[in-house]
Amino acid sequence: MLLRHTPKEITERSALMINPAKTCQPIGAMYAALGIHGCLPHSHGSQGCCAYHRSALTRHYKEPVSAATSSFTEGSSVFGGQANMLQAIENIFAVYNPVIIAAHTTCLSETIGDDLKQIRKKAITEGKIPKGKYMISASTPSYVGSHVTGFSNMVKSMAGLAESTGKKNGKVNVIPGWVEPSDMEEIKRLTNMLGVKTILFPDTSGVLNGPLSGEYKMFPDGGTTVAELISTGDSIGTLALGEWCSAAAAHELDTKNKVPCQVLDMPFGLKATDRFIDALRIMGGVSVPDELSMERGQLVDMISDMHQYLYHKKVALVGDPDQLIAMTEFLVSMDMCPVHIVTGTPGKEFERRIKEITEDMPFEVNVKAKGDMFLLHQWIKNEPVDLIMGNTYCKYIARDEDIPLVRWGFPILDRQGHQYFPTVGYKGALRLLEKILGALQDRKDRDDPETTFELVL
Amino acid sequence: MATTKKKMVQWDPAHVKAELLAKYPTKVARKRSKQIMINEALENETPEITANVRTTPGIITMRGCTYAGCKGVIMGPTRDIVNIVHGPIGCSFYAWLTRRNQTDAGTDGENYMNYCFSTDMQDSDIIFGGEKKLAQAIQEAYDLFHPRSIAVFATCPVGLIGDDIHTVTKKMKEKFGDCNVYAFSCEGYKGVSQSAGHHIANNQVFRHIVGENDEEKPGKYKINLLGEYNIGGDGFEIDRIFKKCGITNIATFSGNSTYDQFASAHKADLNAVMCHRSINYVADMLETKYGIPWIKVNFIGADATAKSLRKIAQYFGDQEFIDQVEAVIAEEMPKVLEARADVRTRTEGKTAMMFVGGSRAHHYKELFNEMGMKVISAGYEFGHRDDYEGRQVIPDLKVDADSRNIEELVVEQDEKRFNPRKSAQEIKALEDAGYEFKKYDGMAPDMDKDTLIIDDLNQYEAEKMVELMKPDIFCAGIKEKYSIQKLGVPMKQLHSYDSGGPYAGFEGAINFYHEIDRLVNSKVWSYMKAPWQNNPQLSASYGCE
Repeated sequence: MLLRHTPKEITERSALMINPAKTCQPIGAMYAALGIHGCLPHSHGSQGCCAYHRSALTRHYKEPVSAATSSFTEGSSVFGGQANMLQAIENIFAVYNPVIIAAHTTCLSETIGDDLKQIRKKAITEGKIPKGKYMISASTPSYVGSHVTGFSNMVKSMAGLAESTGKKNGKVNVIPGWVEPSDMEEIKRLTNMLGVKTILFPDTSGVLNGPLSGEYKMFPDGGTTVAELISTGDSIGTLALGEWCSAAAAHELDTKNKVPCQVLDMPFGLKATDRFIDALRIMGGVSVPDELSMERGQLVDMISDMHQYLYHKKVALVGDPDQLIAMTEFLVSMDMCPVHIVTGTPGKEFERRIKEITEDMPFEVNVKAKGDMFLLHQWIKNEPVDLIMGNTYCKYIARDEDIPLVRWGFPILDRQGHQYFPTVGYKGALRLLEKILGALQDRKDRDDPETTFELVL
Repeated sequence: MATTKKKMVQWDPAHVKAELLAKYPTKVARKRSKQIMINEALENETPEITANVRTTPGIITMRGCTYAGCKGVIMGPTRDIVNIVHGPIGCSFYAWLTRRNQTDAGTDGENYMNYCFSTDMQDSDIIFGGEKKLAQAIQEAYDLFHPRSIAVFATCPVGLIGDDIHTVTKKMKEKFGDCNVYAFSCEGYKGVSQSAGHHIANNQVFRHIVGENDEEKPGKYKINLLGEYNIGGDGFEIDRIFKKCGITNIATFSGNSTYDQFASAHKADLNAVMCHRSINYVADMLETKYGIPWIKVNFIGADATAKSLRKIAQYFGDQEFIDQVEAVIAEEMPKVLEARADVRTRTEGKTAMMFVGGSRAHHYKELFNEMGMKVISAGYEFGHRDDYEGRQVIPDLKVDADSRNIEELVVEQDEKRFNPRKSAQEIKALEDAGYEFKKYDGMAPDMDKDTLIIDDLNQYEAEKMVELMKPDIFCAGIKEKYSIQKLGVPMKQLHSYDSGGPYAGFEGAINFYHEIDRLVNSKVWSYMKAPWQNNPQLSASYGCE
């Protein structure tokens, strides 16, 4: 048993987190920043933060992840990190020459009270940021929220680049939230199909799913350009996908640049994709092409074809709030029963949404924000499930409890595909469904006695 | 299969060095210049390199932090200690199972390796202090698991807000009575790299655990293996060989280790040091306090393994033991030599670069040598001057502001437990016969003349080096892996090996030969360009013709 010390009996814990279902803010800020074209993320803290975030993102994407650090020492921790940051800005533009630096803080620089906005001003005054180059910053203390909060904070800082010229650009801003590069690509395919001009930000497609061609581009071709980010202030509206990941940036554009916004769930599964397409159609003033209705129909068809294998199957879910809300709805919409749902990210609203979605389910639902995977495992021990969906760390529970696992979320460290095959939209839902069915049916084929082992499923 | 034809890439080391420095602002160039050394390959005349100094802010470094060295490297592989990270969640999360330390829960069944423990500090803890939460977390861990030991690791904010983790752990230890609780002040901002963290970890292990168990341990030839972390099962392979030879490994610091191993380490009669960088000072302390001599060994490379085993046997001096070691080597080597001869037909003459760790970039040269490959450039991520130039430079090492605040334990003879394993005469007799105690010559004397030795290589320089010197393989860590491979050059991780292993010992050497053969001769490197990119001229005719 890999998690042999996890008892079935659940005891109250108020201080010890075991097997977290979240990580810290800065990695989210770093991932978001990689979705800007020509951007070098910068971690204002100890070297280790930057090294850990780069390693974690690299293991998940199997792609280079470049980011710089202020390399704090004990001295800078006492006297403040301004000198380090200014030196870093100078060296970064001299050696790597990015279009933009997206800096974020860490628990270290936050605790000593470094103010990146003020440091940026000083850098501008001292001529350390060359003409035509940019720097944005986000405050991302690791002791508040989670990686999701950090992502949201950096996306909000991107929205801070927006300018209003007074002339609308006829585009819709789409903020996809923390999804895979493949998902961002799929969202662009859907908006193109609809014929709505959009600015998608951040956009890690073409950055974290790049080709192998014998050439290394420190700043790959993908990513939202700074010009596009500036132009978001002239857009006709903003669709923010995911309350936790994307709403803050959308509200910023609304307040600062009077770009009206709508906050939707992330488009995972049938209903959430329906709402996304419908909202985009209305905001963009277009009608939905037949090809898209066709894709929707194919998804409905597969759900109906395979419903017998899905009906009332119990699922344990762990991940981030926006993803879990949409996934829970998708599972419930297919008459599956997500019974244990945990996120490490704080938020009572998350628990309320999940309870609302699962209201009519014939099983009791355990849901917890700011929970951990140790608790999830204990719930599973008390009320076994047919399927686990979550990141790679779930495989320890899956093996111990002998339960099929569908890998979905962050990080996925032991399987491939998430960079290339989307799980958003109707096509993405088809892929999710294929994975879920594959896991359930592989299990059935493994467990069925010879007498009832079947050729046709 | 790819051909075995030697690539003829000509380069001049002075030119390469100049190219690496060309783009830097003057101050950075001046500093980096001292960390890039064109090797003279003359023992005793090796030029001085600057190492273990700060990385320049903004330069994309390979290095991590002190916490990573302490919790991630040293204490991470201990299986029966509950390691609680006191801080915001990230630090514990990133060190959760990511280093590929293998563990075997053994007969006692205690194994917390797969768990991640954290106090998940919140803003209120930063403002009001986290000591209460830490005490509560330790209590909860104790109530849930009743482990024999709980370790606490400080992250950056802990030091800044002044949580007294040592007092908290001391109180909890006294309260429990049957669980040793102690803490590590390994805040990430201390020191200049992971190396400071190794030191902090080892100091505390020595202070709080070593010597706790005075029970006699069975075994005739008892040693400790210091600085072996069981990445990809390296320690398991070494233990397999030890067992065959009749060597009893009292404690491995710290791959697949247990609390009791550390506690009994003073019962060994010899310390064999693998990773000089991370642990040589522990070997010194064990000698001073308990009278256990130490030798440098290397189990990376089959020839090096044989040499190290012979060295251990010679120390004990029993003919029966010496014969047994020879018998094991004789039994193990034929299949190694067979594999070596096979891969050499495809690897001979190929070139490698290694920028990793504080010892590995030196150790792995053995394996490349065995494959007929040439290491054209190497360096450490967090090595000190003695790791490059040899231990004789230790008295001359500059103590700067960053190294000054890393505690040096002052150790004295243990009145009760000090027992010199060899008399002065015995030591002298061995030394007269050419035996070397506490000796490590470092990487530089082992590297060819005009190769480049580079400390704290960064991403920009790595890319330049590959571009200019076109090695057949590049070795570093996960962060460097894919930028190198995008250039069409295979990259092997030597921190955690990507996948696979073990690479230590005899079996490990065979695994490594096959792995490098696979990498440098993979067909995939020939697919960089599509046919239309290699030959873009149009030669088709119009459809209407």
